[in-house]
Amino acid sequence: MSGGDKQPLLQVKNLRKLFPIRKGLLRRKIGLVRAVDDVSFHVEEGEALSLVGESGCGKTTTARCVLRAIKPTSGEILFRTEEDTVIDVSGLSRRELRPLRSQMQMIFQDPVSSLNPRMTLFDIIGEPLQVNGMRDRQQRIDRVEELLRLVGLPPEYLQRFPHAFSGGQRQRIGIARALALNPRLVVADEPVSALDVSVQAQILNLMLELQQQFGLTYLFVAHDLSVVKHFSDRVAVMYVGQIVEMAPSETLFNAPGHPYTEALLSAVPQPDPRLRSRRAALQGDVADPANPPSGCYFHPRCRYAVDICRVEPPKLEELDKDHFVSCHRAHELTLEGVMVGTRAERQPIAGAVSQVSSKA
Amino acid sequence: MTERILPVEAAIAPEQGERIFVASQWQLMWWRFRKHRLAMIGAVAIIIFYLAVIGADFISYSDPEVTEANFSQMPPQPVRLFDGGAFRPHVLGVKGARDPNTFKRVFQTDPNVKIPLRFFARGYKYEFLGIIPTDRHLIGVDEGRAEETIFLLGTDTLGRDLWSRLMAGTRVSLTIGLVSVALSLFLGVLFGGLSGLYGGAVDTVIQRLIEILRSIPTIPLWMGLAAGLPRNWTVLQVYFAITIIISLVGWTELARVVRGRFLALREEDFVMAAELSGCSQWRIIFRHLVPSFMSHIIAATTLALPVMIISETSLSFLGLGIRPPAISWGVLLQDAQSLQSVALSPWLLIPAIPVIAVILAFNFVGDGLRDAADPYGV
Repeated sequence: MSGGDKQPLLQVKNLRKLFPIRKGLLRRKIGLVRAVDDVSFHVEEGEALSLVGESGCGKTTTARCVLRAIKPTSGEILFRTEEDTVIDVSGLSRRELRPLRSQMQMIFQDPVSSLNPRMTLFDIIGEPLQVNGMRDRQQRIDRVEELLRLVGLPPEYLQRFPHAFSGGQRQRIGIARALALNPRLVVADEPVSALDVSVQAQILNLMLELQQQFGLTYLFVAHDLSVVKHFSDRVAVMYVGQIVEMAPSETLFNAPGHPYTEALLSAVPQPDPRLRSRRAALQGDVADPANPPSGCYFHPRCRYAVDICRVEPPKLEELDKDHFVSCHRAHELTLEGVMVGTRAERQPIAGAVSQVSSKA
Repeated sequence: MTERILPVEAAIAPEQGERIFVASQWQLMWWRFRKHRLAMIGAVAIIIFYLAVIGADFISYSDPEVTEANFSQMPPQPVRLFDGGAFRPHVLGVKGARDPNTFKRVFQTDPNVKIPLRFFARGYKYEFLGIIPTDRHLIGVDEGRAEETIFLLGTDTLGRDLWSRLMAGTRVSLTIGLVSVALSLFLGVLFGGLSGLYGGAVDTVIQRLIEILRSIPTIPLWMGLAAGLPRNWTVLQVYFAITIIISLVGWTELARVVRGRFLALREEDFVMAAELSGCSQWRIIFRHLVPSFMSHIIAATTLALPVMIISETSLSFLGLGIRPPAISWGVLLQDAQSLQSVALSPWLLIPAIPVIAVILAFNFVGDGLRDAADPYGV
């Protein structure tokens, strides 16, 4: 299968990842955790798609499947390469994946664990270059210095070890490493959730600047909707391994179509008390993905649930253009969103991060 | 290009702390280890012990095998440093006799006979480091007169000099520990690595094997194996057989440490980052995993060494390990097995002192290394 310009950069079809539960001396399989259960979405070149949901909903597993850090159980992950050929990476072996690695990179959640404490910045950021064929040391030094400047760190820090840096700085190092190979798709797994709020904004702004500069495509995993609304073009909401709603940012925040999205939105802190609505706080715990409830997985916690919800699992259907909802009552419910600034506000906040140096 | 200064970066003074920022893991470990006073003392003690191993022949002054019937079971001779105000180290002459009533051997010092100590004196011939033939020793007495001898730590029942025998024993006991630990390390890293790397069935089999090995009581196991050694084997053959027997159990502990580190590190994000940037499996193992647990292995090895040394000493003491005429600490302590000999010549227990000292030293150093092994942990 090959596509033209219309083909999205990444298309995930019916992705499934099941983890067996093993027990006892003989490690017999006694159950299955449906971490990702029939998930489909696509990411256009140059856009930012956010995957949001509570912890344990499978968003990180989805992201790791896309990067083939883990092998999905079934489904297709179609990636459009630089040569405009579309490759299904879901079944590739380690060896077959290696030439593709440079085109998709990851930014990690934990800025401490994601950098090898025993390597200098030069070794950390230079490693992807080295293993992908840049043998000349001086060439690597130049490139690493350029990358450090790009993410706002002084290039003199080359010989320092990660323990010399704060969380925000470490995350910049992680971003520099991810960008080293000029990837086309960057998967960011909660890149700011381990950082202070003030630093979060800096890192998000940096990522937006870099997106503008290099036309990056982001698959952004987050649990914090206030972060997401600042960042993404489209949002996919996941619940217990499934996508329950997917829509452009504005639509999702202003007029959510799924009760779960509404509940998540009502949990976002609203600074203006006049705009605060009654909170649709969630009751109960996330369903157990090893033993999900019947019908719609969300029905035990849903305040709009009716009989059909307990019996029949809903399908993801298009409510409006580009607005997909998986709810039996999507058409009849009017759910409350939050007033949000949209795309226009997505410009980097002036001053928080100063100009990015551009090396022509 | 605009110069940018972010608050986080401005917080760090340019010069201060620079040394720490560019310090590698070994430097950080050394700085932390240095603060552990007992460990530093232990380290110095161990260095002294191993210097004694290298120069055992040089430090001793008489052949550990030579017997002197006239001087059997002689107590230690104290060294007198001054003679008539001048620095002239010497020992007093001793005459052996038998108490006519008790038939006990008694030694009388003769204050008129002064046997001067010579430094770098000539003595029995040996090869320094096994290559350089020489007959120089750190101390000694003038050659020629048979009755002019020194026994710093006394003699055993056959009249052999205990000091020289202790040096020879130190060489055997401390190297046997090293060889066994090296063998254990090899087995431990191999099986622990396989276990941690492949997991699944391989892991299960290796872990069960370790559990079985560890559940066998060690003394009967060693006894059985040692009893199986042919009597006509040479000293060297027995030596290596004993190292293998000791490390047979010793590797299990190290294998567990290696496996544990492997499992913990595989979950680290930086390992996944390396994989995602296209690193090969080999590069990940040798560039990321091995450097990360090397320090832990060194600490575990240091803590395993005293166990090996104690094992050899116990085995030899029981007559199952190194056998006379070879000399080890255990063999020396064998002489102190009977109540009679301990009562009559308590100095035969002296070889227990270096055993205790070296075990303590290794434990202190091991503790210090273990604390310093992960300089990045909180």
